[in-house]
Amino acid sequence: MQSLQEFREDTRSWLEQNCPESMRTAMVQEEIVWGGRNAEFANPDSEIWLQRLAEKGWTCPTWPSEYGGGGLDKDQAIVLGEELARINARPALTSFGISMLGPVLLEYGNHQQKLEQLPKIVRGEIRWCQGYSEPGSGSDLASLSTKAELQGDYYLINGSKVWTSYADKADWIFCLVRTDFDVPKHSGISFILFDMASEGISTKPIQLISGSSPFCETFFDDVKVPASNLVGRLNEGWTIAKRLLQHERTMISGFGLSAGQSDNGGTTSTISSLERTAMHYRGDSDKLSDPVLRDQIARFKIDADAFAHTSRRSVEESKQGQGPNATSSMLKNYGCELNKRRYELMLQAIGSQGLGWEGEGFSDEELQLTREWLRSKANSIEGGTSEVQLNVIAKRVLGLPDILSLAQK
Amino acid sequence: MALVLSEDQQLLKDSAKNFCEQNAPVSVLRRLRDNKDEQGYDQAIWSQMIELGWAGMAIPEAYGGFDFGYGGLGVVLEETGRNLVSSPIISTVLLGATAINELGNEAQKQELLPKIVAGELLTALALDEHTSHNPSKIATTATKVDGGFSLNGSKTFVLDGHIANVLIVVARTSKETGSEQGISLFLVDAKAEGLSITRTIMVDSRNSSNIQFNNVVVATDTLLGELDQGFSGLDSVLDIARIGLAAEMLGSMQAVFESILEFLKQREQFGVLIGSFQGLQHRAAEMYSEIELCKSAVRAALAGLDDPDQTQAEIAELASMAKAKLSEVFFLVSNEGIQMHGGLGMTDEFDVGFFIKRARVAQQFLGDASFHRDRYATLNGF
Repeated sequence: MQSLQEFREDTRSWLEQNCPESMRTAMVQEEIVWGGRNAEFANPDSEIWLQRLAEKGWTCPTWPSEYGGGGLDKDQAIVLGEELARINARPALTSFGISMLGPVLLEYGNHQQKLEQLPKIVRGEIRWCQGYSEPGSGSDLASLSTKAELQGDYYLINGSKVWTSYADKADWIFCLVRTDFDVPKHSGISFILFDMASEGISTKPIQLISGSSPFCETFFDDVKVPASNLVGRLNEGWTIAKRLLQHERTMISGFGLSAGQSDNGGTTSTISSLERTAMHYRGDSDKLSDPVLRDQIARFKIDADAFAHTSRRSVEESKQGQGPNATSSMLKNYGCELNKRRYELMLQAIGSQGLGWEGEGFSDEELQLTREWLRSKANSIEGGTSEVQLNVIAKRVLGLPDILSLAQK
Repeated sequence: MALVLSEDQQLLKDSAKNFCEQNAPVSVLRRLRDNKDEQGYDQAIWSQMIELGWAGMAIPEAYGGFDFGYGGLGVVLEETGRNLVSSPIISTVLLGATAINELGNEAQKQELLPKIVAGELLTALALDEHTSHNPSKIATTATKVDGGFSLNGSKTFVLDGHIANVLIVVARTSKETGSEQGISLFLVDAKAEGLSITRTIMVDSRNSSNIQFNNVVVATDTLLGELDQGFSGLDSVLDIARIGLAAEMLGSMQAVFESILEFLKQREQFGVLIGSFQGLQHRAAEMYSEIELCKSAVRAALAGLDDPDQTQAEIAELASMAKAKLSEVFFLVSNEGIQMHGGLGMTDEFDVGFFIKRARVAQQFLGDASFHRDRYATLNGF
């Protein structure tokens, strides 16, 4: 058995040889790799980096090797993470398959489904999207009404989803559908996977206040899906749905974490340190001249530090136990609020240069910051609103009486 | 740096919790207050704490201690905080022993540390001179005289000043008030001539005092650390104490929060438990989140103290992070402690009042949130 130290040395030398130089720089928005059938590699090194990492299964280090994963234990995965961070390596692949679907397929999928889907996620061959929210089902997700009817060996799906991230670019969808309308709402939901190229699916991008369109409306009109694509048991999809939400929250809380660790919040902004930026735009040399902003930034950074320690502690604590638990709601909520605070402070730091929309007079970084500030407002809505997270904490962590129990009956 | 407790630390924490609940609950502090106790702490309880080895927790074995690290002392302080134990542990163990251990020469350590471990010596740090903490704003002077120094000036907010046997006095031996240069520390016998100690009755019912120095003459060998160069050492002693104090505050705020939760689950109004109201649930959930961050801040800072690779600057940053954060959150939780208990929270009979009183004292002691945010910003170069 290889010792952890040996593993670290081997990993370090492998990374030295295999991580291209340009992959050891801060990520820029245009070069994020999402994979999929129509994968784009704005930087050719990204493709090499993805191939090499995927070959070792290291895009999903802890997944079993029989499904293409790295087969590492948690300690080894931490070492790998540390070694990647040491050389400032970019993530080779950004994927909802990795952060959301994969973990629940490992837990609830059958062998055939895992064998079919997981290796493609590891290699970035299929890009996934999430079919959860509906026009009438936001925070009250379980009221969803997209219908799936069993007709022989396939389901016929009709209905629509909204806020489907990158539905127009995704290859497959993991989707919540109603398979029983005659039982309490939580008991008639199933979790199903299908190809977005299937007949009867159409998507329409939604333009956001930030000007970008990462989300879509998605319509299903008599879409035929093989019955074998149902994950877990019929009408028991809500359990899987909630589990996946925990993984989603863990992923989103990482936005706050990256703000805490490197001030890179959300990994894309090229304007890095809050305090340096504020000093730069004011022409201050050794001390930030605005005492109120200075105090607010200090307060933010202290919270971000304490939050980063909390995320680490949560990892250490879950080492003995299983995956994310109810504290993921706390981390999601706090991380998102931190990220929003960070962008508000950044906007204050830059002053009127942070208020440009397009064209002359502003640098690309400044314009990007403005858009990211607007985009960050969604952090506390997507993946369950902050208010819903607080409900979950009150109920599941603090054991307070359920305010919704009457409404659900 | 581990952020979860080791098995040994967990055992110690459990035994400290047990001891405090059984022997030193808040009712002891209430009794000390109501009886206007002259000592301001319970000697029998302190003796038991000594027997448990709490005074030697972070002191090296060479000086009679148990070398269990600040992580160990931290979990004990968390439990004393949970029960608002009034004892000399902060003044004598966290501040006094730390100062002697960090700054003392071999002879001073050999003489004083074993006495602290054995419970034979109480100390107090005479530092602040103004209404807000500022360790370089020292005007008390120590002037060279034949065979030693003569101290003149006054100190305020001296924790346990009136019960201490030895005062650790921060004085100016050169330079102007406000300068970090020219500061020296002295070990002064509490019975020395020219010393006048006035106990002050504080809102938290713990011991504090004002001290006057009127030509108090001390010998040269009472100098603790280097002449004129005492500030940096003092600051690192203060950082250790700030982190320990944060651990105590963590315990106190958890006690308040547990009381709030219990109340939300048993108080009925409008025919339902008030804990089912979303307006209260969200406030409770937010407090829970803030307390979780506090827990991590304290654990990280304690782990930093026990990590030999941490530099003084890194410790300083951890200390200011922890003290700023804990001061803010203890403020929040103690206020909510009153509000969410309603009228009950306003009664003296109910314990939560003791916690809000302690909160304000602990918030200010060794620097409040704005002091530490300012320091944190300076340490981070902005």
